[in-house]
Amino acid sequence: MDIIQTDIAIIGAGGAGLRAAITLAEANQKLRIALISKVYPMRSHTCAAEGGAAGVSKSDDSLDCHFEDTVGGGDWLCDQDAVEYFIKEAPRELIQLEHWGCPWSREQDGSVAVRPFGGMKIKRTWFAADKSGFHILHTLFQTSLKYPSIQRFDEYYALDLIEDDGRCYGLTALEICSGQIKHFEAGAVIIAAGGAGRMFQFTTNGAIKTGDGMSLAYRAGVPLKDMEFIQYHPTGLPNTGILLTEGCRGEGGILINKDGRRYLQDYGMGPETPVGKPALKTMELGPRDRLSQAFWHEQQKGNTLSTQWGDCVLLDMRHLGEKKINERLPFVRDLSISYLGMDPVKDLIPIRPVVHYCMGGIHTDINAATPLLGLFAAGECACVSINGANRLGSNSLTELLVFGRRAAMSAIACIQSIPRLGNKAALTAKAEDSQSRILALVHKSRGSETISGIRKEMMQTLEEGAGIYRTGESLSKTCEKIAELRHRYTSIALNDKTKVFNTELLQALELSSMLNCAEAVAVCGRDRKESRGAHQRLDFTARDDTNFLKHTLAYYHPKDPPRIEYLDVVITKSRPGVRDYSGVRK
Amino acid sequence: MSERQIQIEVLRYNPETDIEPTIQAYTVSCLNEWVVLDALNYIKDNLDATLSYRWSCHMAVCGSCGMMINGEPKLACKAFIHEYSDRIRVEPLVHFPIKRDLITDIEDFIAKFASVKPYLIPKEKRPISDGEYQQKPEDLLKFKQYTLCINCMLCYSACPKYGLVPEFIGPAAISIAHRYNQDSRDGGRHHRQEIIASSEGVWECSFVGACSEVCPKHVDPAGALQQVKLASTIDWYREHLMPWVKK
Repeated sequence: MDIIQTDIAIIGAGGAGLRAAITLAEANQKLRIALISKVYPMRSHTCAAEGGAAGVSKSDDSLDCHFEDTVGGGDWLCDQDAVEYFIKEAPRELIQLEHWGCPWSREQDGSVAVRPFGGMKIKRTWFAADKSGFHILHTLFQTSLKYPSIQRFDEYYALDLIEDDGRCYGLTALEICSGQIKHFEAGAVIIAAGGAGRMFQFTTNGAIKTGDGMSLAYRAGVPLKDMEFIQYHPTGLPNTGILLTEGCRGEGGILINKDGRRYLQDYGMGPETPVGKPALKTMELGPRDRLSQAFWHEQQKGNTLSTQWGDCVLLDMRHLGEKKINERLPFVRDLSISYLGMDPVKDLIPIRPVVHYCMGGIHTDINAATPLLGLFAAGECACVSINGANRLGSNSLTELLVFGRRAAMSAIACIQSIPRLGNKAALTAKAEDSQSRILALVHKSRGSETISGIRKEMMQTLEEGAGIYRTGESLSKTCEKIAELRHRYTSIALNDKTKVFNTELLQALELSSMLNCAEAVAVCGRDRKESRGAHQRLDFTARDDTNFLKHTLAYYHPKDPPRIEYLDVVITKSRPGVRDYSGVRK
Repeated sequence: MSERQIQIEVLRYNPETDIEPTIQAYTVSCLNEWVVLDALNYIKDNLDATLSYRWSCHMAVCGSCGMMINGEPKLACKAFIHEYSDRIRVEPLVHFPIKRDLITDIEDFIAKFASVKPYLIPKEKRPISDGEYQQKPEDLLKFKQYTLCINCMLCYSACPKYGLVPEFIGPAAISIAHRYNQDSRDGGRHHRQEIIASSEGVWECSFVGACSEVCPKHVDPAGALQQVKLASTIDWYREHLMPWVKK
């Protein structure tokens, strides 16, 4: 097996991975950096983020205000020390991107413009029209080309972390174009491999979002944290799940039911605000969890519109006018016309909630360090607990930057302070085991199960059991089903036995990652007997701070469901309170 | 929702088992609202798991799924079934070596893209503590269009010159250089000029304009090329006819 020696290996080359790589390259040009990704960097899913990135930059705003919005938005499941760090670093990171050329939208005076976003009391979302993630990703990718020390391994799929005696020493990865497995020896590894939204059938997430990074750490013994919290974005196109940014509502779009009523006022987010004059932190600018839950209630009451793609409500942006839509929401217009045949300038757009984001992920501390020495994680795959039980829109793009950089700095400190004395023979043996595992999967001759069959059943059971509203019964069923699917997974065999671009092999590995994550979602959800943020139980409808002001930690077991432990939430200055999104507060 | 039986004819090639590419046909019952990518995914999941292609976002922004569809470079996720007859031919992007099935080798593009220094070379350094550079909306408009390139490489497949002269650095790479050249914060034009104004640069372009026609993001690389040519010509005259005028 080829060995590639490097100082720090990064898995994933989206926003967080690229930000980490640039930090490393700038810190020390002699560092050997391996940036490993299953796709070329500009294909990473950061590109699909539309709305923007939050950071305090205007004189009417304050760090405290961003803190309160974030912690309350997260239903007090955020670690407040991490939130404080995040909010303090956020403006610096956004300016840094501006200095690297990010084409942020501007005010007339030439300063960076901000737009309102859900759950935020002040306008603080930096945006580049409605392609903010795309521009952030491409700015980072293009900037990374300046640094010769960033060695890219594009289209390499990370297989296993190589650890010994409680310390991570690298990984194995499949070179997709050749089918060869390489052993990356590294002093530290950063996982920045994105979320796992593809566990669900109806999602805004691209095909690559299969929880590979989460599963990689999980299988190496690192717990996944708060996996029960899955964010439904309230405004997805009903046929494809394509995202229409929260910016639609930030710019003044409204949501109505089949009778034309702005139904959000019936769910604690009223009174109604004038059309085209959105008020911050109320009505259409409430948080995503509340809006998606309101949809569910409308559906129960029969107030949704039944369409060929299922039940929908309507997003009305017509009053914004063509000029504003073209300037601020050109991608939304293009997507609606292309994929739904409807033009927001003149049509009401049917939408419904769609799985968008995993609040949970690889357990890290405020330094982006996981409990496994030498292993760090950042971005959606990680759970540094700034998002709590519900992420506020536009915090995640900033999170990529802040914690991508943080992970890189921590990794440097790690290789400087902790000796790299792995048992060479043990590490080589582990890399060879990893290779054998893959070869066995490829060459297995007979199988009774198919990848697409198991994937479909996984999606179905998550939808049924772990959707916007859940019950103990539905979650238990889903737990059982996923345990069964994990077992049946061992009976798949590949049709494709070849080496070059064996995408069937990739799909098999991705399915295994998703099953691991899905089981953590269901088991963590079953055991959290309360309702908080995006985790809503019909059998435990109230938040229970006595028993569940805690993070859930799921520990992997190769055959059985995960072991669950709990960890206290870090509270520095905000005691749990009432999330008030009514327009009458203050 | 209406369905139609469509014959999807896909170029297949596996370097381990095939001497040359062949065409394989699959009959797929397609919903009218599908895109060609949906049909490929159907084939992969239900008919033939060995078919290989790249894709991810399904919303025309990640740039992965460029392919020839009935001979035209298209994103498979934005090629609507209802715009085609009952037979659709799907092949890898032309002008790139085939690695397997619909997957091409794009390293040549990646290297050319990197070669034009596609990053901001600041006119004046600014510490983070001084905040952002000021840039008026009208200054942003001067280059905004050229930031929209998703690196899907449809323009390289459409470009007859890139097909004939593989050294040509090509539409997307020149567009991105032009994007930074036009940015009011940038002062790196002369660093990029030696590459894009070279013989492999803009002067290879014969202004067919096919790049702009196929661009799914309306970046207009042909327009960028023409502007770079004009600017390079002015540079040449300045240098040779008015050497006393500073660049």
